[in-house]
Amino acid sequence: MSMSNMKVEVDVPLSNHPSLEPANELGKEESYFRLIRKRYFKHKLAVVGLFVFLIIVLMALFAPVIAPGDPYDVNNQFEAKPSIEHLLGTDSVGRDVLSRLIYASRVSLAVGLGAVAIYVTIGTVLGAIAGYYGKWVDAVIMRLTDVFMSFPYLMVILVLVSILGPSLLNIIVVIGLLGWPAIARIVRGSVLSIKEMDYVKAGVALGFPVHRIVFKHILPNCLGPILVNATFGIASSIILEASLSFLGMGVQPPTASWGNMLTEAQSLTILASQPWLWLPPGLMILLAVLSINFMGDGLRDAMDPKRVR
Amino acid sequence: MFQYIVRRILIAIPVLLGVTIFNFLIIYMAPGNPVDMYINPDATEEDIQIKKEALGLNDPLYIQYFRWLGNILHGDFGISYTTYEPVLHIITERIGPTLLLMSVSLVVAYLIAIPIGIISATKQYSWTDYFTTTFSFLGVSIPPFFLGLGVMYVFAVVLQILPTGGMNTLGNEGGFLDTLFHLIMPVFVLSMGIAGSMVRYVRSSMLEVLGQDYLRTARAKGLREFVVTNKHALRNALIPIITIIGMDIPILIGGAVVTEQIFQWPGLGQLTIQSIGSRDYSVLMAINFSAAIVVLFSNLLTDIFYTVADPRIKYN
Repeated sequence: MSMSNMKVEVDVPLSNHPSLEPANELGKEESYFRLIRKRYFKHKLAVVGLFVFLIIVLMALFAPVIAPGDPYDVNNQFEAKPSIEHLLGTDSVGRDVLSRLIYASRVSLAVGLGAVAIYVTIGTVLGAIAGYYGKWVDAVIMRLTDVFMSFPYLMVILVLVSILGPSLLNIIVVIGLLGWPAIARIVRGSVLSIKEMDYVKAGVALGFPVHRIVFKHILPNCLGPILVNATFGIASSIILEASLSFLGMGVQPPTASWGNMLTEAQSLTILASQPWLWLPPGLMILLAVLSINFMGDGLRDAMDPKRVR
Repeated sequence: MFQYIVRRILIAIPVLLGVTIFNFLIIYMAPGNPVDMYINPDATEEDIQIKKEALGLNDPLYIQYFRWLGNILHGDFGISYTTYEPVLHIITERIGPTLLLMSVSLVVAYLIAIPIGIISATKQYSWTDYFTTTFSFLGVSIPPFFLGLGVMYVFAVVLQILPTGGMNTLGNEGGFLDTLFHLIMPVFVLSMGIAGSMVRYVRSSMLEVLGQDYLRTARAKGLREFVVTNKHALRNALIPIITIIGMDIPILIGGAVVTEQIFQWPGLGQLTIQSIGSRDYSVLMAINFSAAIVVLFSNLLTDIFYTVADPRIKYN
């Protein structure tokens, strides 16, 4: 809310008027975010999650600096045990496992953030249209979400990726194009209830264009649930990419992905005798997904409108 | 309520049609041509055109769609691109093992999740609660293939007390105990993911019910705490859980793909991976289609069951 166009009566000096202290008024505006931040940092696991997630982000950003070697560099030591030279050993082609592990964080984060960005956009637009216009538009969009929700996610993604060809970009696009129904439902529900509020009706009465009412007046109020859902979405997209790559239908070697680093462990000999090949990438997926899920839980708790404190 | 059920079924019809259209379009996009299956490699372009015309591949898209839909309604899912067997036959062979794996996992997951969820809710913010919350997050966050490899390493490689995969020991087909033995690890992996999210639902549903006035009444008339939680509260807390069962089915089907692949379980999930490997799109689409139908009907059933289970809800 802006203070600039408020009229103050002249006979009362502004500084003596307790209720109109600008600092007080603005303080209230800011306090919602401060409140969320305060609540979030009370959730200990969420704080740990944020910390771990930030480390993974830094690892991805500075991979060339941190990694001890080149992730593609083929060494003459195949399947070497962990040693000082190769802290996590080498894989069956002789590449340094630790370097690959560090570079693979880029793939996971790219899929998580990229796919979620695509489907949050699609879901928000479709959900807002359905909720705002209602009637047959709503019915058509909601049936469409039902159709998309009926297909078992992993199976359709597998089939589509195998048709389009397995690559990082295709995985991001396919997950992004299929993941929107949950967001669309959430946004539609919020828009349905918010559009009946007086301030929205005031906007309509003032003749504001629809996109301004929807994007500036209504959507900022559904930001909480969208953000929470998107956070969990990043985690599940990372698992999806890892599963696809594990099954050989995802990111293709030589590019390293935590999922495809585990593929070889499907062979019993590698599973039994070379745990350094499959244990670290598996733990990295678990760590990344767990930390993001804790962040999502913290956000959900912090933004819960029913919460008193 | 009857009206609601009828309306719910009517709504499912356009969704079902949407599923078939989406499915058809994917097959249409898929590389490889059905003609290639029927014709020998040294056929001339003219022969191919004649065959195409005869199979109706030159017809407009919507006519091809309706013909395909008609075939499916007759149970004709076409012929496998690789084995030339009828697709329906291939799928019915694999459906049993998958249903066994999925139903046992679902039951196990609920047997784990419901008691844990109750304890977690009745002891909210205790150490037990934090522990179970962490456990449930672990269940949701651990990738099924990593958990699968982990238990396989521990129980099949190091301890050597469980078989590494398959449904039966070779040469010992049909033994009940033998199959049960092979079920342990895949069921553990599949049920973990579901139990993880289920604990959260049971917990929050219980918390909501535990705050209600009628429970205070029940305690006031001197009922034991055990009866109050497990009879009065649990019954009402479980009602919203019914809808979650419908949501778990797609997760189970997806999870089955990975789990069956790791443990060489001869079900639809493994067939999916094999068909992707051989680019057998007719089989893939039939699997996808039947999976979508299963999801659609389980959602329909849970919705209907929900109205029966909760008399408080009025539908108009």
